[in-house]
Amino acid sequence: MAVEALSSAPRVKVAPWNDPVIRGWVFQIVVVGLVGLLAWYLVSNTIDNLERQKIASGFHYLDREAGFEIGDTMIAYSPASTYARAIWVGLLNTLKVSVLGVIMATFLGTAIGVGKLSNNWLLAKICEWYVEAFRNVPLLLWLFLFYKLISEAFPGPRQAIGAFWNTVYLSNRGLYFPVPVADPIYKWMGVALLVGIAGAWGLQRWAKKRQELTGQPFPSISAGFGVAIGLPFIVWLLGGAPHHMSWPELKGFNFDGGTVIQPEFTALLLGLVLYTSAFVAEIVRSGILALHKGQSEAAAALGLSRGQAMRLVLLPQALRVIVPPMTSQYLNITKNSSLAIAIGYPDLVASINVTINQTGQAIENVLIIMAAYLSVSLSISAFMNWYNKRIALRER
Amino acid sequence: MTDMPVGERKQLAPPVDDSGPFGWARKHLFSSWGNAITTVVLIVAMAWILSWFLEWAVFTANFTASTGSECRGGGACWALIREKWRLIFFGTFPFDQQWRPFFAVVIMLAMLVTTSDRRMWKPWRLLAIWSIGSFFTFLLMFGQLHIPLSLFLAIALAIGGVGMGFRKGIAQAGEMNLYRALAAVGLAGLVLLVVGVLPNWKLPIAPFSYVETGLWGGIPVTLILATYGLLFAFPYGILLALGRRSNLPLIKGLCVGFIELIRGVPLISLLIMASVMLPLFLPTGVTFDKFLRAQVAVILFAGAYIAEIIRGGLQSLPKGQFEAADAMGLNYVQKTALIILPQALRVVIPPLINTFIGFFKDTSLVLIIGIFDFLNTANQALVDPAWAGYPGEVYLFAAFVYFCFCYSMSRYSKYLEVELNKGTRR
Repeated sequence: MAVEALSSAPRVKVAPWNDPVIRGWVFQIVVVGLVGLLAWYLVSNTIDNLERQKIASGFHYLDREAGFEIGDTMIAYSPASTYARAIWVGLLNTLKVSVLGVIMATFLGTAIGVGKLSNNWLLAKICEWYVEAFRNVPLLLWLFLFYKLISEAFPGPRQAIGAFWNTVYLSNRGLYFPVPVADPIYKWMGVALLVGIAGAWGLQRWAKKRQELTGQPFPSISAGFGVAIGLPFIVWLLGGAPHHMSWPELKGFNFDGGTVIQPEFTALLLGLVLYTSAFVAEIVRSGILALHKGQSEAAAALGLSRGQAMRLVLLPQALRVIVPPMTSQYLNITKNSSLAIAIGYPDLVASINVTINQTGQAIENVLIIMAAYLSVSLSISAFMNWYNKRIALRER
Repeated sequence: MTDMPVGERKQLAPPVDDSGPFGWARKHLFSSWGNAITTVVLIVAMAWILSWFLEWAVFTANFTASTGSECRGGGACWALIREKWRLIFFGTFPFDQQWRPFFAVVIMLAMLVTTSDRRMWKPWRLLAIWSIGSFFTFLLMFGQLHIPLSLFLAIALAIGGVGMGFRKGIAQAGEMNLYRALAAVGLAGLVLLVVGVLPNWKLPIAPFSYVETGLWGGIPVTLILATYGLLFAFPYGILLALGRRSNLPLIKGLCVGFIELIRGVPLISLLIMASVMLPLFLPTGVTFDKFLRAQVAVILFAGAYIAEIIRGGLQSLPKGQFEAADAMGLNYVQKTALIILPQALRVVIPPLINTFIGFFKDTSLVLIIGIFDFLNTANQALVDPAWAGYPGEVYLFAAFVYFCFCYSMSRYSKYLEVELNKGTRR
């Protein structure tokens, strides 16, 4: 073979300064050396400055008492808790708003993206203008607008708007609604829900296999829902059907009892979902448009309705085009949730910012922020690269 | 069906007429029962929302009040915008000098518009437009510029060096000698400056009063952060992208690490870093203007994103282009500058404009470290207690301004995508 002959041919002698391999290594060593020098310069400056300002480096401050309030916590927290706990509360809040945002933006965005392709002219135009309006204005502006509207346009707690026979109250402090009083049976209901979901998934697989073998369909979607919802319900009945509720009541200047969705959280989630769904809509639309026209024509020729064609033929194929850019939108939601600091929602960056101001440990705290976001981003990135490799078209 | 005699075949209705306004409506709005219901529901909902909005924004709105308390009619208080528009557009720039940021914005928009014309896409034309335009923009904004001798020397060295490299074998002997002379003067001057023989003399240009960056605000700040952020991030993004595609393992590792690090963290964390950590990184006593720090953070951030876009352009080139350039005996720099980049960059211009739109919006984040960009000056308009209670008006106005900028840019990007693909379209 010619190629083997070429590669096994004796190498032509060249002067070392013309040898590409040696040149490459010299160039690399020079560049890495320069970067190293820059890093050394910055680090030595930093050490100098820290000594001068008498700031002790290290993460010992994490065990000290934080001393600040956090408005919205998923786990037990008080000002007497440590900084580490405050940062953990912030991280959990970031994850909470990100996960909810991802789910809601996916559904809303897909609906709007499909709506843009509707054969109803008016619906398509409205969806188009929705997309243009939301993606051409900064997210931060939407957050300010929603936050100010909620906190200024709604009345105070004493004039709160009651709804549903005064069980739900809407005021500028947030949306108050009743919750069940804690009971041990709820934990078992959660377990039952997980078991039910696993069962529904198994049922789905079995039904699909059976349909492929025998052609007989099975109502796996409704049956799956039945299993997933029915199982916790049975557990609830077996546990004596506890039904004590904690109702929101006006006590003094604010509500007591029930639970509340705070305006900061509402504004943040609303802004993230509406803004990101505009981008998701564009991704979904272009994914569907990327398919050959013959796909939708073939589906129509088989007698599938437009909805069936979309659900069974177009969307599964479009998914290949949609998933990579969608993943980066999910990353964007996670990163954009850091804008919470501007409207006072206690996410990771907001907790860290207070910690920096109180302790002066700027470097350690910035490192924590970066490590937290990087580990989330890199895990999503790794997944995306793996998936991208799996679905990419094979070339030479 | 087919063996039925002609007379007994079921007569099908003629196809529905879809010409004319009624036909159009039948086809696009009422093609089925579901569609008809959707249309009617949407029309009712839109009429309801529009009537409410017009009532608020136009019919009961107040355009003339002189304080917020005169505005309590229930409608929109556009008088607030009328009162505060100069604060919103130009921030705390000295009031009687606000014609300066106005003309700076005009110059920047003119630069952007001329750059969007494809006839201007020649390196020398772009360089001329941007260097002259930037000079006047910053002269107007600062009021005074003190240009150090080292800058002139560096420019002379750069022109001489680039000319010597790229006009080799093309230019006449006289032109070549000019480049050599420029490079020699620049190099000698810089060496003398560093050694300390030559004083670092500054050329003062001071037609107006000096205005520090802390007083800048509004549209010019947003435009400067986005435009110069992208302008400086562009060459460095190209280097990062080339590094990531390189087969030198250490270079590749450095570039991949940097790009993924920056893309993995939110812009806010970089801005916080620039505002609290950068002072620690520098030798004691050296301070950096806050505006410049934000600009550096934006440039660092933009570079990583631009690098990924350019990498996409590089990947879209067929392998044959690289192989052909190698076969011609071009070295790496020649291959990259003359064969690869011109083709790769052409592909990525539309996504680059979309990135610019993104950065134009993202510059609003600088308000978190206390810089008065357009969104922050809009916030400042709400602070005045005499006009308290009308956030909706101000934010809608700001949203409208942002929308005008971003929408026109996205239209341009779409147009360019079609225009640039004319040669390859099937």
